[in-house]
Amino acid sequence: MVMISVGVNGVTHETEVEPRLLLVLYLRETLGLTGTNIGCDTSSCGACTVLLNGESVKSCTLLAVQADGADITTIEGLAGPDGTLHPVQEAFRQNHALQCGYCTPGMVMAAVSLLDEEDQLDEDGVREGLEGNLCRCTGYHNIVKAVLSCAAERGMVTGAVS
Amino acid sequence: MIPASFDYVRAGSVDEAVALLTEHGDAAKLLAGGHSLLPLMKLRLATPGVLIDVGRVADLSYIEARGDEIAIGALARHHDLETSALLKDQVPLLSYTAHQVGDPQVRHRGTLGGTLAHGDPASDLPAAVLALGGTLVAQGPNGSREIAASDFFRGFLETALAPDEMLVEIRVPKVPGAGWSFQKFNRRAQDWAIVGVAAVLNGHAGIALVNMGSTPLRAAGVEEALRGGATVSDAAAAADEGTDPPSDINATSEYRRHLVTVLVRRALEEATR
Repeated sequence: MVMISVGVNGVTHETEVEPRLLLVLYLRETLGLTGTNIGCDTSSCGACTVLLNGESVKSCTLLAVQADGADITTIEGLAGPDGTLHPVQEAFRQNHALQCGYCTPGMVMAAVSLLDEEDQLDEDGVREGLEGNLCRCTGYHNIVKAVLSCAAERGMVTGAVS
Repeated sequence: MIPASFDYVRAGSVDEAVALLTEHGDAAKLLAGGHSLLPLMKLRLATPGVLIDVGRVADLSYIEARGDEIAIGALARHHDLETSALLKDQVPLLSYTAHQVGDPQVRHRGTLGGTLAHGDPASDLPAAVLALGGTLVAQGPNGSREIAASDFFRGFLETALAPDEMLVEIRVPKVPGAGWSFQKFNRRAQDWAIVGVAAVLNGHAGIALVNMGSTPLRAAGVEEALRGGATVSDAAAAADEGTDPPSDINATSEYRRHLVTVLVRRALEEATR
């Protein structure tokens, strides 16, 4: 067993874990943060995407011990303490960017990382930037619209929003 | 899917990692970003007894100019490569190829050293380093040695690294004005290449192939034809010479043999444009 200290959504957790414990299972089962979903479990679908020190990662392909000392943000950590949605969450809501919702937490976290990383975004950039996240319901159109609307609010959009 | 149990140790330096490798021998694997190793461990295709985590070794993520080469620390991530202004300027083939790997989440974790040491013939970056004629630096208990990229890949997931050696640095020549191309043919975003081609034309041609055999391969027939003054399409026709492409769910061996001639032609056309 290995002692790790991980900041999750601003709270530091000191936990003894088995080295083979995956970060996604640490979040879901050890900490009870079940907002992060497990989809394919093979680092393809992106449902388990969380932020590690601000960058999107697939938590099914990370050991909890690798996150020792890191700051993790999950979908539970995005909204304000009073429940005010994060702008990306609000944009998903406004644009009806989900149907079954299973991919949504990962999709939102990937979008947050993408918006923080890029200086400019057009539709192609959003589609390419979300290539690590699969959605089987929406056909992606409203997801792309939602992310572009966030980019537009931040003054990042270069092309026209279709 | 949960990996089999293993012991976990952390190396704070390259020396420490090498000492741990020497101590644990074949039972140990180095863990950097983990994006090649952990999927294998989850599928129980790999069951190392000891994981030596080198992900925290300091000062091994550099990308810096050194003489007529660019030196890259083994822990530089694909994301670091794709966003490096120095690399975009001096070795655009390598930064572009890094951008073709997986997806943003994968590129935030995967490392150049990791993908090379893994030695997967279907990976993109080994072919780019091979086409560039890169040099790999391995450190072992008796110091470090240089290995030419062309001598590094020995078999399927097999490299010239000894069990007690760690890949610490990758050097590639600066090729600022050179023609280059990376062609990746796949069916969906984030997929592995069914076939890929890395090409750099800098006085002489460096052409390397993805997924055309048990290792990343130099397209020796194409390079030779170009040296002899062949046209692009004649040279490209030799692209499958000396290859042994696999048949799998995506394509038969014959299909890959045809595809590689098409992709090499496209690569040469783009690189000479």
